Amino acid sequence: MLVESQSPTVNILPTKRRRARPLFDPPIVKRAVWDSFVKLNPITMMKNPVMFVVEVGAALTTALVLRDWRVGAADLGFTFQITLWLWFTVLFANFAEAMAEGRGKAQADTLRKTKTETIAHRLKNGSKVENVAASQLRQGDIVVCDPNDIIPGDGEVIEGIASVDESAITGESAPVIRESGGDRSAVTGGTKVLSDQIKIRITSNPGETFLDRMIALVEGAQRQKTPNEIALNIVIAGLTLVFLLAVVTLPPFAQYSVSATGAGKVPGIAVLISLLVCLIPTTIGGLLSAIGIAGMDRVMQHNVLAMSGKAVEAAGDVNTLLLDKTGTITLGNRQAVEFIPVEGVSPADLADAAQLSSLADETPEGRSIVVLAKEKYQLRGREVAEHEAKFIAFSAQTRMSGVDLDHRSVRKGATDAVIEFVKELGGAIPPRLTEVTDHIARSGGTPLVVADGPKVLGVIHLKDVVKGGMHERFDQLRAIGIRTVMITGDNPLTAAAIAAEAGVDDFLAQATPKQKMDLIKREQAGGRLVAMTGDGTNDAPALAQADVGVAMNTGTMAAKEAGNMVDLDSNPTKLIEVVAIGKQLLMTRGALTTFSIANDVAKYFAILPAMFSVTYPAIAAMNVMRLHSPESAVLAAVIFNALIIIALIPLALRGVAYKPMSAAALLRRNILVYGVGGIIAPFPGIWIIDVLLGWLHLA
Amino acid sequence: MTPNGLLQIGVFFLVLLALTKPMGAFMARVFEGERTWLHPALRPLERLIYRLCGIREDQEQRWTGYAASLLMFSLASLLLTYLIQRLQGFLPFNPQGFGTAHAAQGATAMTPDLAFNTAVSFTTNTNWQAYTPETTMSYLTQMAGLATHNFFSAAAGMAIAVALIRGFARHSSEKIGNFWVDMTRATVYVLLPMSLLIALLLVSQGVIQNLSPYTKAATLEGGTQIIAQGPTASQEAIKMLGTNGGGFFNANSAHPFENPTPLSNFIQILSIFVIPAGLTYTFGKMVKDTRQGWAIFAAMSTLFLAGVFVAYPSEQSGNPILSSLGIENHATATQPGGNMEGKEVRFGITNSALFATVTTDASCGAVNSMHDSFTPLGGLVPLVNIELGEVVFGGVGAGIYGMLMFAILTVFIAGLMVGRTPEYLGKKIEQKEVKMVMLAVLVLAASILLFSGTGAVVQFAKNSWLNPPGPATANLGNSGPHGLSEILYAYTSGTGNNGSAFGGISPNTPWYNLTIGMAMLIGRFLMIIPLLAVAGSLAQKKVVPASAGTLPTNGPLFVGLLVGVVVIVGALTFFPALTLGPIVEHFLMLRHQLFSLLVFPVWS
Repeated sequence: MLVESQSPTVNILPTKRRRARPLFDPPIVKRAVWDSFVKLNPITMMKNPVMFVVEVGAALTTALVLRDWRVGAADLGFTFQITLWLWFTVLFANFAEAMAEGRGKAQADTLRKTKTETIAHRLKNGSKVENVAASQLRQGDIVVCDPNDIIPGDGEVIEGIASVDESAITGESAPVIRESGGDRSAVTGGTKVLSDQIKIRITSNPGETFLDRMIALVEGAQRQKTPNEIALNIVIAGLTLVFLLAVVTLPPFAQYSVSATGAGKVPGIAVLISLLVCLIPTTIGGLLSAIGIAGMDRVMQHNVLAMSGKAVEAAGDVNTLLLDKTGTITLGNRQAVEFIPVEGVSPADLADAAQLSSLADETPEGRSIVVLAKEKYQLRGREVAEHEAKFIAFSAQTRMSGVDLDHRSVRKGATDAVIEFVKELGGAIPPRLTEVTDHIARSGGTPLVVADGPKVLGVIHLKDVVKGGMHERFDQLRAIGIRTVMITGDNPLTAAAIAAEAGVDDFLAQATPKQKMDLIKREQAGGRLVAMTGDGTNDAPALAQADVGVAMNTGTMAAKEAGNMVDLDSNPTKLIEVVAIGKQLLMTRGALTTFSIANDVAKYFAILPAMFSVTYPAIAAMNVMRLHSPESAVLAAVIFNALIIIALIPLALRGVAYKPMSAAALLRRNILVYGVGGIIAPFPGIWIIDVLLGWLHLA
Repeated sequence: MTPNGLLQIGVFFLVLLALTKPMGAFMARVFEGERTWLHPALRPLERLIYRLCGIREDQEQRWTGYAASLLMFSLASLLLTYLIQRLQGFLPFNPQGFGTAHAAQGATAMTPDLAFNTAVSFTTNTNWQAYTPETTMSYLTQMAGLATHNFFSAAAGMAIAVALIRGFARHSSEKIGNFWVDMTRATVYVLLPMSLLIALLLVSQGVIQNLSPYTKAATLEGGTQIIAQGPTASQEAIKMLGTNGGGFFNANSAHPFENPTPLSNFIQILSIFVIPAGLTYTFGKMVKDTRQGWAIFAAMSTLFLAGVFVAYPSEQSGNPILSSLGIENHATATQPGGNMEGKEVRFGITNSALFATVTTDASCGAVNSMHDSFTPLGGLVPLVNIELGEVVFGGVGAGIYGMLMFAILTVFIAGLMVGRTPEYLGKKIEQKEVKMVMLAVLVLAASILLFSGTGAVVQFAKNSWLNPPGPATANLGNSGPHGLSEILYAYTSGTGNNGSAFGGISPNTPWYNLTIGMAMLIGRFLMIIPLLAVAGSLAQKKVVPASAGTLPTNGPLFVGLLVGVVVIVGALTFFPALTLGPIVEHFLMLRHQLFSLLVFPVWS
């Protein structure tokens, strides 16, 4: 078989990142450090209720430190250290967010450089050319671009054909062809014409161009919280309120206990704030927005432009994946895989005739016949010009192609067309011919009958070749509960055979745009989320209807506007990777939330015994970590709480490790790591910090 | 722990397990409007009620209509009960003449705040009793004012649970059922026939049922004793079955006229759990996957057994301070050992600990022993049970809807970890559900903590009408951590609509009557309304078909998670308060410290 594996990976996880930067790129870190302080502005902090509570707490203890400093209170050192670490907690969370944003910002800067002020040659009244600044172009204007011109805005080629360098947008240096009419007419502002003159109708107003949107997206400037993020924010804000209640009602209970025993005192503000900050879910609260931004960034690194975070999140929820057969599941072109001669004809003769008929056939199918003849029968390509050969090209009417030479007319083509051709010449049809062709058709292949004049020689088996590794990918998708549906224009018989070979769950044969649309609506009515890719204008309605619609960058403007993602590499298989990123995004949030809440158990065991050690000495039994002093216990818990944010930044930015497996298996693993781990980890962590504090004589 | 004790707990659990499916299947048929074997006898009664009340059986309501009906019904019946109490002196069936000039000496006055507290208490299925029934309430008040609520508040709870279940079971629907129909069916087919049966069983054990005046008996010492009488068995059955818990007598199920034998005791604790346990199966049946119901049952059972096996061993091992004084703490052939203070000899330690666990797992609140006299950890169990939201089988209806609320929260947190928008039973759990669930969690915590916190420190002026002057804590019977437990328990019991009393507190003052009354209202209605909103929102959603990527919610993993979330959310919220109450009291006891002022340098 002539199968070339074009898909180097069978893992649905992103493996290769084109614009990968190291996680802690020095310039990004530098900017993030500065941004962490800028983000202390209470107005911006208020958007994050958990961290805002920490900031208010830090401000209160700062005031306390200032007061204690003036009166020279005894525990000034303790309050000062608490204050310091509370500010660190806020700064660490800000740093996480700034780091996540930094990668996008760096990319936006690069993009902005390409968006230099361009001069556009605008056509006035259809003939006169005037030079205007690109920023003055409006929708509907017509501009002319010559070689080496930067295309001044997004538009549609209405006249001409040109090769265009789109590397500024896609990062791909090989030029692409853009021509009027058809599905390759869209051009993007900021790209460069390399050859020929084209006329472009501008389709977007200044500030709304693809480049503008791209910059805004990677910068996260218009980032809106996604539905799941909002719901999660409600949970952690609710938990924050619950813990606020638990902490503000502690002084009355303490007051009661103190007056009952006559010993100790009600815990001070600094200790209460410490307890509050340790209990509220600062880990997830501090990292939540970083996780979201980093998720978008991961999509970006795959050269996919997601128009909203919602789309990425929806990708994780997808139940049904609609994949076009051609180019996504199969290599895109049918290839000859076998020559089947009829009785009385040698395979070599058939191969010879087949090759002869295809020598001038520049279609991929034709070339594959020549290749097969060469590989299987060592038939070299021949110089046929000297034979006064006359080539007959394929047409929709004749449905045959071939060659006339030396009084031979060799033909290959659709079964019924060739049969008619042979009958007209008075030839006989071998009895088993239709048996062979039917067999090929049933197996999903296309039979091409070869005849030499009135004599039928045999059949060429053309086959749609499924890309390597697709079967494994679909198996993995099935394991994570995603159904794949293959969309094809083939007849149901062929479609069924390819579907079975590729291992998709279902197929839609002889698909029309309307049928595709109906399929999406049917799936959605059943509560399923649908993802698809598309590039043509007739895909646009379906792309808009689908929950996740990935438009190919090579596609039309209409398709790109309709979808909620654009794949700059125009690789339809990437949809699968986008799904993985969406899932990883949600998993990371869930894992860190669980971890954050689980951490609280240990913090109670650190702080509560410390608070009431004097009032109830018996409470020392709860000091399971044997922390050496009440001050050190509180401080250790606060420091642990702050450091865990820093420690988890890489996890938040990269996302938790994700291998495709069933939901039950995933859950078991994540519960073990982040739930059970979250309960256990702080105990040794706080203990070590306590030991260090004692060693450094800090508490 | 003794083999006999373990056997009794085991038998109780197995009988409960056996009853769950038949009970649940029956209730599912009732609420789906299908025919049951009781229909020939009771369908005419159901139809008569609809005709009399003008209820259109086939007309369903949106969640807002459902909630409005519930609120109107509750308000009307609350006012009626308030009036009956205040006017009982002018009404019949009042042989002791309560509320009139010739009431016996020592009778409690029916003040406005007490009448408010009691009306709220019975409307909200709490049955907190700030009064002593036999010296306060006429037979009419007990029967028409209180026992009716035992039916209605229980039926309302079941109706809400069924409405929430319908939210999960239906899809793309605006309606969640008809409140009046659900109420009627719960009462006619479930509560009435079962109460009748249980009342007869109780009478067979010696529970009294009469309308006689109190008996004056001459004691052996030559003194006279007043022995209270009344229609007890009829009220006792629904008190347990409807997880109401309001005793006919002050001593509640410890009173020999209410709960005379170990068998009657067994019937009573079983009656508390039978409907809530059955509702887990009803849930599974109505969402068309009985394994979902069993998963909820398993989570509840886990928490129940955990509670029993903390309370029972704690009580059985008794108080080390007493054993150090040479008092036998171990069970022997002739005596039960352990902590028998405040327990009835005919029930012993096992049945007292079991009863205390069951009555607080459910929102029943009946008691057959003094929770105040339990060991610190033994007393911690009932307190924690209520603070977890009474979701361990729970109140009739309230238990399952509370547990489903936690299931939603669990699914939200855990569901994210499988990389999908969380789903429960095919319904996406989104902003609205999460918001409402968090609201319910927050309201419970706020009510318990803020009222208790205030109660721990509030001081009253000399001429305050709210309370006798001085601190509110002067109403407590104990000082130290145990006193804090008493305050905490009172507001926890009120907010949780439990109604059991830890004891050791004198709650019949305007301050306690009003604050606990408010806690009961908050705990009932501010929890129900968000949940009905969840039901309405869920009913509208489409059902996402399950796949390999869906978080399975019917397996042991989910059961474990659900238990974890219930415990952690409850524990994290109340841990500081509990630490200063029963937990520190436990450590003090282990150190053989009675409550003392000694201070030890611990950290050095």
